[in-house]
Amino acid sequence: MSTLSAKVQSLFDEPGCATNQAKPDKDRKKGCNKLLAPGAAAGGCAFDGAKIALQPITDAAHLVHGPINCEGHSWDGRGSKSSGPLLYRTSFTTAITEQDIIFGGEKHLYKAIKEVVEKYNPAAVFVYQTCVPAMIGDDIEAVCKAAAMKLGKPVIPVNVPGFAGSKNLGNKLAGEALLDHVIGTEEPAETTPYDINIIGEYNLSGELWQVKPLLDELGIRILACISGDARYHEVARSHRARAAMMVCSKAMINVARKMEDRYGIPFFEGSFYGIGDMSDALRKISQLLVDRGAPAELLGRTEAVIAREEARAWQRIAPFKERLAGKRVLLFTGGVKSWSVVAALQEAGLVIIGTSTKKSTPDDKERIKELVKDDAHMFDDLKPREMYKMLKEARADIMLSGGRTQFVALKAKMPWLDINQERHHAYAGYEGMVALVSEIDKALSSPIWEQIRRPAPWEFAVDRGELQLHIA
Amino acid sequence: MARVIVSHKQCVVNPLKMSQPIGAALAFMGVEGTMPLLHGSQGCTSFGLVLFVRHFREAIPLQTTAMSEVATVLGGFDNVEQAIVNIASRTKPALIGICTTGVSETKGDDLNGFLKLIRANHPELGHIALIDVSTPDFEGSFQDGWGTAVTRMIEELVEAPLLDSGLSRRINVLPGCHISPGDIDELRDIFEAFSLDPFFLPDLSGSLDGHIPEEFTPTTLGGISVDQIRRMGSACWTVAIGEQMRGAAITLEHRTGVPYQLFDRLTGLVANDELMGFLSSISGVPVPRKYRRQRSQLVDAMLDGHFHFGGKKVAVAAEPDLLAAMTHWLHDMGCEIQSAITTTESPVLESIPAKEVLLGDLEDLEIRAAGADLIVTHSHGRQAAERLGIPHFRVGIPVFDRLGAGQQVTVGYRGTRDLIFDVGNLFMANMHEPTPQTWIPQHCIEHDLVALRVPQ
Repeated sequence: MSTLSAKVQSLFDEPGCATNQAKPDKDRKKGCNKLLAPGAAAGGCAFDGAKIALQPITDAAHLVHGPINCEGHSWDGRGSKSSGPLLYRTSFTTAITEQDIIFGGEKHLYKAIKEVVEKYNPAAVFVYQTCVPAMIGDDIEAVCKAAAMKLGKPVIPVNVPGFAGSKNLGNKLAGEALLDHVIGTEEPAETTPYDINIIGEYNLSGELWQVKPLLDELGIRILACISGDARYHEVARSHRARAAMMVCSKAMINVARKMEDRYGIPFFEGSFYGIGDMSDALRKISQLLVDRGAPAELLGRTEAVIAREEARAWQRIAPFKERLAGKRVLLFTGGVKSWSVVAALQEAGLVIIGTSTKKSTPDDKERIKELVKDDAHMFDDLKPREMYKMLKEARADIMLSGGRTQFVALKAKMPWLDINQERHHAYAGYEGMVALVSEIDKALSSPIWEQIRRPAPWEFAVDRGELQLHIA
Repeated sequence: MARVIVSHKQCVVNPLKMSQPIGAALAFMGVEGTMPLLHGSQGCTSFGLVLFVRHFREAIPLQTTAMSEVATVLGGFDNVEQAIVNIASRTKPALIGICTTGVSETKGDDLNGFLKLIRANHPELGHIALIDVSTPDFEGSFQDGWGTAVTRMIEELVEAPLLDSGLSRRINVLPGCHISPGDIDELRDIFEAFSLDPFFLPDLSGSLDGHIPEEFTPTTLGGISVDQIRRMGSACWTVAIGEQMRGAAITLEHRTGVPYQLFDRLTGLVANDELMGFLSSISGVPVPRKYRRQRSQLVDAMLDGHFHFGGKKVAVAAEPDLLAAMTHWLHDMGCEIQSAITTTESPVLESIPAKEVLLGDLEDLEIRAAGADLIVTHSHGRQAAERLGIPHFRVGIPVFDRLGAGQQVTVGYRGTRDLIFDVGNLFMANMHEPTPQTWIPQHCIEHDLVALRVPQ
């Protein structure tokens, strides 16, 4: 375990992280892993985070070494989409028993890897360590090494026992596994001056496909997306990209920064959410590629695409303006950057009356302040009870949040829209923002609200005559 | 009848099984004002929580002791104590049900001892019931955790009766985890029609039936109250549904002297005849007209439906008690159980109307369902059903890709009647229309003679 704690410590010392750099030396050593309050905690564990980050690699087998609780309930639940192989949706686990805990689970794990390779012939096997085998001292790194040699397949250890920390830490540990065992292990057949990596994008609901057509049109090739709709070999060859975009900044900053250190791939932090952000992302990708030697005419072509797409998006959002003008929104986002969505919502006429800043950096908070001026409250942590009260008293017209708070809104009989990772709609790029505005409109204009808010017949203080009249 | 065999695979592929701790947690959710708490790392809780949210489409109260690596090595007393204190102050529960996990069991935390110390340290928590249950996820499965949690609640809460209970109209009902909130509502109507006053433990129909509460509640929204559980000793009878509840029923009988009757299933005509006969005899009330009529409707549905069920081959994968209920009912309708897969050992498995029952996973189901007319299992069977091109009827937990999972009713005459309609309709929707090739003998196709018979 000493290697794991060293790894975790080194992740806390991430120089690429602005929050981390803003801290005094002493605090930085303590790391960014918030201590969880027993009995008042919410959210997944490190293993959960690692699985989210790597499972989108579609042609690999993802094998969970642990008892049934780790994999038995969570498989086939994540919304990452594939354009080809579907192996990533098959669940593999050793489901260890008391026997393994007494005698050790290493042989069991080896035999399981062998079965997976023989039956499913995956491009690679990712092996996830969980709490119980970590406690009994199963050395998954040694087992993976032996299995890789004997079976002639990449077998990658992902050392992420849940008790190591949060989901966010798990994302980063997954990134470390890629850096240590995958990235740079193979060479691409050919490279172009237009090769990029997209890091921290998981293709949830197919969002990558809302962006990719524009890159295709510009002749920009995604050498590897880490890890949405990825193939194992693409990730292994990703070190030959010319530039990189880091999408979900807190999740995989270590991957982007270390790839810059090791392979000289410059990166920028961007977002596909929001019209302005999408345009910035395209601009910065092109600029980085031109800086690395791509022909400068790329910049002009990019601006032309941006101008065309922006005009088209605004034109499609315009019809909603009248319907949505003045509607009040409570916005509680996790991974999706609040400020980038705020701009698009405002453009559609919506008023943001409150937003969460729990996962935002100080820089993000400043940008939100600029955008919403004084109309909005920023909440670091709003308890469900208070959220319910706000909605019940109709201080907002709709809440946009993750599944965790879904029923707070619905039980208050208020419209709600899912904008977290389990969502079923894709909201990336220009297409995505139009879709988001259209979904908000659908939620707000549903005919159910008027009906379900009516008092029940026994709550009426009606005179009998009127009631009978209705029945007649 | 059936031979029970165990899979010898080293790698479980597409798990059918779910864990003991979340089975126990769900049992606690059938008690009003409860916060279930898993003693493990926070992932243990969040995976179960997401699963129940997807199945019931409700807010799910479920907390964690959030064990870190260091806490796990040093022992979890502080975390358990902090968790209980935090939950007590934030959510004001009547009961905290604390379930162990693989993490705390491997470490060997003495949870029962912890609770005694916490009681001594915190007299201000005296009004909250604290119940621990041992549910390692490296053995047993969901229904075992459920059954054990109910047994523990009986051991900790039920008081010895003060009065002779012989004249009481009160009846205890111990439903297995395969009994949905909708089933409990149906059963409550049935018991009340015999002038009986049922207490269900657990009662998910009060908490996870999908109703709109007046106020925001961070604990369970309803269910049996702790006070009602204490008074279960004054009932005249206990009815247990599913073999998994036998242990709890025996424990209750030992503590209170209340005799029990176990029904291993309440799906099907004969099973419900037995229930009606039993209720009539203990209550002295003749079977009400409503149920005589429903029985007649069920008989008619069996007559109308048997054309579509006869000879159909069905592959079923479920926890033992649900597997028993579904396979017996399908067999009673004329189906052939082509394969039966389950999660854990149980005495009911030998009675399953199939050649063998395999303790396995959904990969085993996929292999053994080839050529079947229907797959019956929870939503995780959807990939297998899609690959095989076989219709899939969803039962059990989780059902996350259909609405109304909590309201699926499979008990009683009416529940069985509607089940015949639902499954029969699936068979009818997947009937193959005949073509000129349908009756060409197999050997002709194999010898490529088909071309000669079909005009060009």
